Amino acid sequence: MKLADLQKIAEHEVDFQRAYKHRINVCCSSGCVPFGALKVLKAFEEAVKEFGVEKECKVARTGCVGTCSVGPAVIIEPGDYLYQSVTPEKVREIVRDHIVLGLPVKEMLYSNEAFFKKQQRLVLRNAGKIDPSRIEDYIAMGGYSAIVKCLATMTPQGVIYEVTRSGLRGRGGAGFPTGQKWSLVARSHSTPKYIVANLDEGDPGVFANRTLAEADPHAILEGMLIAAYAVGAEKGYIYIRAEYPLAIQTLQKAIAQARAMSLLGDSVLETPFKFDLELRFGAGAFVAGEETAILASVEGRRAMPRPRPPYPANSGLWGKPTLIQNVETLANIPVIIQNGGEWFSRIGTARCSGTKCFSLTGHINNPGLIEVPMGITLREVVFEIGGGIQDNRPFKSVLVGGPSGGCLPEALLDLPIDYDSLTKVGAIMGSGGIVVIDDQACMVDTAKFFTDFCVEESCGKCVPCRAGLVKVKEIFERITKGEGKMEDITALDKSGNYIKEASLCGLGQTAPNPVLTTLRYFRDEYVEHIVNKKCRGGKCFRDMEREEAEEQ
Amino acid sequence: MLKDDNRKSMLDKVMKDHNFEESSLLEILHKAQDLYGYLDKNLMTYIATALQLPPSHVVGVATFYSFFKLKAPGEHVVTGCLGTACYVKAVDEIMTAIEHDFKVKRGGSTPDGRLSLFITRCIGACAMAPNIIVDDEVIGKATKEVVLERVRLALEGGGRRK
Repeated sequence: MKLADLQKIAEHEVDFQRAYKHRINVCCSSGCVPFGALKVLKAFEEAVKEFGVEKECKVARTGCVGTCSVGPAVIIEPGDYLYQSVTPEKVREIVRDHIVLGLPVKEMLYSNEAFFKKQQRLVLRNAGKIDPSRIEDYIAMGGYSAIVKCLATMTPQGVIYEVTRSGLRGRGGAGFPTGQKWSLVARSHSTPKYIVANLDEGDPGVFANRTLAEADPHAILEGMLIAAYAVGAEKGYIYIRAEYPLAIQTLQKAIAQARAMSLLGDSVLETPFKFDLELRFGAGAFVAGEETAILASVEGRRAMPRPRPPYPANSGLWGKPTLIQNVETLANIPVIIQNGGEWFSRIGTARCSGTKCFSLTGHINNPGLIEVPMGITLREVVFEIGGGIQDNRPFKSVLVGGPSGGCLPEALLDLPIDYDSLTKVGAIMGSGGIVVIDDQACMVDTAKFFTDFCVEESCGKCVPCRAGLVKVKEIFERITKGEGKMEDITALDKSGNYIKEASLCGLGQTAPNPVLTTLRYFRDEYVEHIVNKKCRGGKCFRDMEREEAEEQ
Repeated sequence: MLKDDNRKSMLDKVMKDHNFEESSLLEILHKAQDLYGYLDKNLMTYIATALQLPPSHVVGVATFYSFFKLKAPGEHVVTGCLGTACYVKAVDEIMTAIEHDFKVKRGGSTPDGRLSLFITRCIGACAMAPNIIVDDEVIGKATKEVVLERVRLALEGGGRRK
């Protein structure tokens, strides 16, 4: 296939889709499938036939729109009518009233406009709109036109210039400037060069990368192609969690389609540019998200990090220059190439441009997947997009950045979200988990929960992380059993900071964050546990209470 | 040695497709677990020999990653999601109730091998938290009552939850 053919496919597909008056998009992502989305899809296919409207209705299987708590979700175009909690029984009514009679079924529509109002969708631009199993759908939305633009009109240096200018920073959590990383790999003389796309979303409570892969796999592939062209890589790997079967299937299909259209292979779009990629499966190790650990895992070894330098840009997979990027970063690339770095740099804040996807969960009215411009405040996310706390309970804390993020108090809700501001208050951007906690939670138990997680996930290579976290865990066990002493607070603070300073990789360096932030913002709860043996959430001291009850 | 059967020939084929490369060890272990349900010593030794790796290397990799199971699971498997969102939504209470009612500990099986209780760190259905997986069915927004009833039904050999 040649460059010009792609344009033809796009035009043909747009005409093909225009022939339908309505398009019924049924979300069939991992969030909706367990709750019957596939049955809903089948019911729609049958219902449009039953009412004889199959020629004007395209029923499509799509990815996630983000409203994961009210699935299965269905969008009917034109007009973007979003139906929530659709069951196969309700499908006939929707087709009859909405499609045949032209009267949307109001009581089933998702009425919460606030959920979408402050969102801005760049990465998730096609999520919920296209059928991820059809490459034509992606092409019709302008897909693969960015790699065409690169190959036809831009030099690799030109591509890196645009990405640098965009101000894009790595979405995996650390926020390293993407353009800078690309030029490091491009300048490295050794060959072959590799690209590793990180889709090992190990943070419990986070599902943004999975949703992206399920909803728009070609956006990841196109991002990788452009990156490969810019840095001179010939081979790529997508490292994906084995726990994401649907995302794996979707990507496998996408790769096969891209190969068939010669978008991957020895001669991409019949140019001298050569690139192909493979999937590699993770196996449930949180630490494998760390960039040197992911390399060890792709090479088939235990995912244990190593000291840097040498940086992967110089010595990565099998000692060769390797570009490691999170898939969310890569999905931004086609948009940057199409619209220019300058355009992208105006979105978000001056130091952190663009958007960020967040998995919004916890005691909140509208949990789901959101994409917001950088610089939005936590208050807007929690109370406007998230719709506030469930059951109208008071807000207590918001955990930002996954199990090694920070628990922030109400006083910090007006903090604009970006890499730097979050780090300043003891949290991290991480992979974009926001968990909202109401007043019934116990912050000591919450910090203990995350410590337990990090103890289990520590790879054991360096002492501060391996032994230090176990010490911290022991202190927590004492406090929550009613055996805590006031010195324990100082000990937690000291050990936490020590682990942070002395650990080898990002896991150990961030693992004490929940402990340190709860100590900083919710210290009185620790004191209550130690002095008064009181737990506001009623989670701790259970053994003690049981013993007392038995004695009586 | 492994028994000569269909599973073995499929495993052999996968190893051959990967050119017996060390870097494909994880893919091969995934496939082996798919075929056999779990990775026992015999199976890991077989893979080590085929890939010309020390058996300790293969065992080391298999034990590092929590996705790989080293023991046969019970007839019915209940998996509780202990991801952050599920933790916040008190999944622990449901897990404790299962442990209490069915006399099984997390990470273990009942002595008769009928029920295993496992933990997973996030299945990614966080907006539906808390999630419990009973056999292959994900129960979202799970409550103690629904889950206990569903496990009881599974053990009695009854049908799926409506």
